[in-house]
Amino acid sequence: MAAKNLPPTYDKIAKHAVFPEMTHDEKARYNFIANLNKHLAHVSQGNALAFENEVKPAFKNEHGRDFNSKDELGDAMAKNLHYQSWSALRRCTMEMRQQAGRSLTYRQAAELKEKVDALNAGKDTLILNDDVSPPPYLQAVDNHLMPGSYHTELFEGDVCNAANYDGGLFVTTAGLLGRYSDGGGQAIAQWVKNENSHFQPKRILDIGCGMGHNTLPIAKLFPDAEVIGIDTGKPMLRYGHARAVALGYDNVKFMQVEASEMPFEDESFDWIQTTMFLHETGGKSIYNIMREIYRCLKPGGLTMHIEQPQYTDDMSMYEQWIRDWDAYNNSEPYWSKMHDIDPKDLMADCGFNPAEFMQIGVKAINDLDDGTQKSDEPEDHGRSPIWNVFGAWKK
Amino acid sequence: MENPIDYIGIAGNKPKGKRPYFFDDPAVERVLNITMAVGMELAVARERIDTLERLLEEKGILSREEITNYVPTSKDIESQRQQWHSEYISRILRIVQQSMEEVKNPDKTLQEIADDINQM
Repeated sequence: MAAKNLPPTYDKIAKHAVFPEMTHDEKARYNFIANLNKHLAHVSQGNALAFENEVKPAFKNEHGRDFNSKDELGDAMAKNLHYQSWSALRRCTMEMRQQAGRSLTYRQAAELKEKVDALNAGKDTLILNDDVSPPPYLQAVDNHLMPGSYHTELFEGDVCNAANYDGGLFVTTAGLLGRYSDGGGQAIAQWVKNENSHFQPKRILDIGCGMGHNTLPIAKLFPDAEVIGIDTGKPMLRYGHARAVALGYDNVKFMQVEASEMPFEDESFDWIQTTMFLHETGGKSIYNIMREIYRCLKPGGLTMHIEQPQYTDDMSMYEQWIRDWDAYNNSEPYWSKMHDIDPKDLMADCGFNPAEFMQIGVKAINDLDDGTQKSDEPEDHGRSPIWNVFGAWKK
Repeated sequence: MENPIDYIGIAGNKPKGKRPYFFDDPAVERVLNITMAVGMELAVARERIDTLERLLEEKGILSREEITNYVPTSKDIESQRQQWHSEYISRILRIVQQSMEEVKNPDKTLQEIADDINQM
């Protein structure tokens, strides 16, 4: 039997001058985890079966009715052995991925700092600001189980968590975002260029840019534009800037800026982008950030936001409940709360004209896709690289 | 610059938030986590052996018997092999390290953090 749906081997990942060095066994460990993740996507299909065949009938039998709420459904599912096994294994694989990435990056913590410092030295395109702290919503949780999150430095100039993020994203996504894990950035950049040929942005802002993996495809497709990536995580900015320099970019600036209090002038950007960022903010901050986006956008400017799929009315209670799994168990808690906000209302409340609101779907552009990797791919409850993008023109 | 980090300990740190357990008995989950890590290391060793055997075979360098009879030939080699075991054990007992961290630093649940964040 030919194995289907195999992830690319780790050696296919794109390397650059600040990419962490890895031994044979460290790469083999990542190969194991990527395969385990693929495998668990199939195991997750059993949850729906367990729900339909075991949990739902048993509940109806006992109570004479269907579930009234997601909480009730969740309590019943939590007792199901298949769901318990899948959940325990998924939590386990994500913790193993963190340990694998942390052990290899912190092993070379000093070398990584030196490489990054050498590339950043004397450059005016990296602007750090000690007065900017990580916002409270980032300090409250370690998103996707990365201890220390984006901002923690274990010593002055530490970039390990950024390097860990860079090397590990390929594993978590089983390579579906391409060699540079930039399939999201590539997809939105191409959509803007291909579908909006009249639009020639000269100044572009990427909010919550992290290590800049989704910022660079925008800078590549719009080489004449000034592109600014902002984040509050110093390790991310230092590493992201060095990575951009190493990859030959000269039109990207990395700045330590808090998104709800941006130091930019009114109406100073043509395009403001966020990619997988808003679901890692907070219930009040998301409005502050969107108001800032409106303020900083030029009339006629564009803002787009790549996010998890919204819950829709035709989505079953089970589907909505299982899609919240990552929020609580992969530590992305605002993901669940953000589903209660209608993005159209969010934008309208922050100044955008509802008539200009748009929502599109984009699929990651994967430069590793040779047609064999996605055969027989099961739907994995919002984890496939197909995203909801919402946004508006400012008019 | 010398490495300022105890990377073996740091690698297994617990993220913020009370860890969810899924099995009725958390001990089962602990054993599962240890077993999965051991399983991964077996896969890693298997991949390395596969690499070695293919290279050795290609180059006609070694016989299987020479591998069977190998013993470390210096103190350095002995330390390298023992260091590997130390890192290996920390890796497979990650969940025990994290439960100790949680005992030391009791955490809010992610539901509580979600509610907090919703007010931020």
